[in-house]
Amino acid sequence: MLGLGVDRLQADINRLLASLFHQGVLDEQFLQLQQLQDETSPNFVYDVINIYFDESEKLLRNLRLLLMDREFSDYKKIGLHLNQLVGSSSSIGARRVRNVCVAFRSASELSNRPGCLRGLEVVEHEYHYLKNMMHELFQVLTCFVNILLTFTQTEGKNVS
Amino acid sequence: MVMETESKFHVLAVDDSLFDRKMIERLLQKSSCQVTTVDSGSKALEFLGLRVDDNDPNALSTSPQIHQEVEINLIITDYCMPGMTGYDLLKKVKESAAFRSIPVVIMSSENVPARISRCLEEGAEEFFLKPVKLADLTKLKPHMMKTKLKKESEKPVAIEEIVVSKPEIEEEEEESSVIEILPLHQEIESEQLEPMLSSNKRKAMEEVVSTDRSRPKYNDITTSV
Repeated sequence: MLGLGVDRLQADINRLLASLFHQGVLDEQFLQLQQLQDETSPNFVYDVINIYFDESEKLLRNLRLLLMDREFSDYKKIGLHLNQLVGSSSSIGARRVRNVCVAFRSASELSNRPGCLRGLEVVEHEYHYLKNMMHELFQVLTCFVNILLTFTQTEGKNVS
Repeated sequence: MVMETESKFHVLAVDDSLFDRKMIERLLQKSSCQVTTVDSGSKALEFLGLRVDDNDPNALSTSPQIHQEVEINLIITDYCMPGMTGYDLLKKVKESAAFRSIPVVIMSSENVPARISRCLEEGAEEFFLKPVKLADLTKLKPHMMKTKLKKESEKPVAIEEIVVSKPEIEEEEEESSVIEILPLHQEIESEQLEPMLSSNKRKAMEEVVSTDRSRPKYNDITTSV
């Protein structure tokens, strides 16, 4: 019975990951990130992705504040924020977010305000999609771990 | 007797972004380095023991109060930081008699050839494009080795110590080949790179950090979209 539960979750995880890769939401760099986790740093992926979310949301808020200001003209600042977003998104393998940030950056380099506003909307959309997908992934992984833990605890009781 | 703590290289990592500090710290730890991270160039200089005079930012002196206990084998810094940029930090380190021998590596998420040459000309050993990969960090060992060997040769040592230091280096190499087990595709990439590049400096300019393997590798100075 428990065996079936584990298999199903495993299949769910695989399906979700495959879909994210297929959609280009994630790329190979996401797998490279997993390799940095080990016994000495067992929560690395979870921690670094959460830092990514915190920092990205701050950057997106700042971008929105800058662009909403009618007297806005500091395109250089927009560029700096976007460089950070491009870099960190690349680092975790968030391919689509990275790409739309690059497009947004091009608009800022041309001092194109409507282009920037559109760019920001697209980035916000892609970012939130990624965040939801990551939450779903973490949820499934947590279920997976919990089932394994329950299984091992039950086994322990049976043995004694 | 080989001392475990002595054989680990200590890297000072400088980046204003918490995310980037977390990443580079983990990458360096995975490469068997001890890591200290700071969030600015001025904090990096403080850590090294260089006092930055607020009245004259161009004046540098080794602070008599701060006794640098820790030996730093390499400084790796982000280029783009508010206040003191990575380039400014590089200059200050190279201008300092006490610390100019410490190898400095610059990281940047932008592939700007003029920027890269400027940094290399100022004395940076390498210029890494972000996202920095584990494979990139294997390039650091030779630079860090040089400083350790240099320090060993400058010290007046007994014959026994010289004999012991050699196995220490070999052990370091063994350790790195055991720990840095790269996935197959990465190994293939580095094999392809090595024969084609003639020097470290050209490497920095020609290497495009790309997570998409279908993209051609030597499109050098194009910004990827």
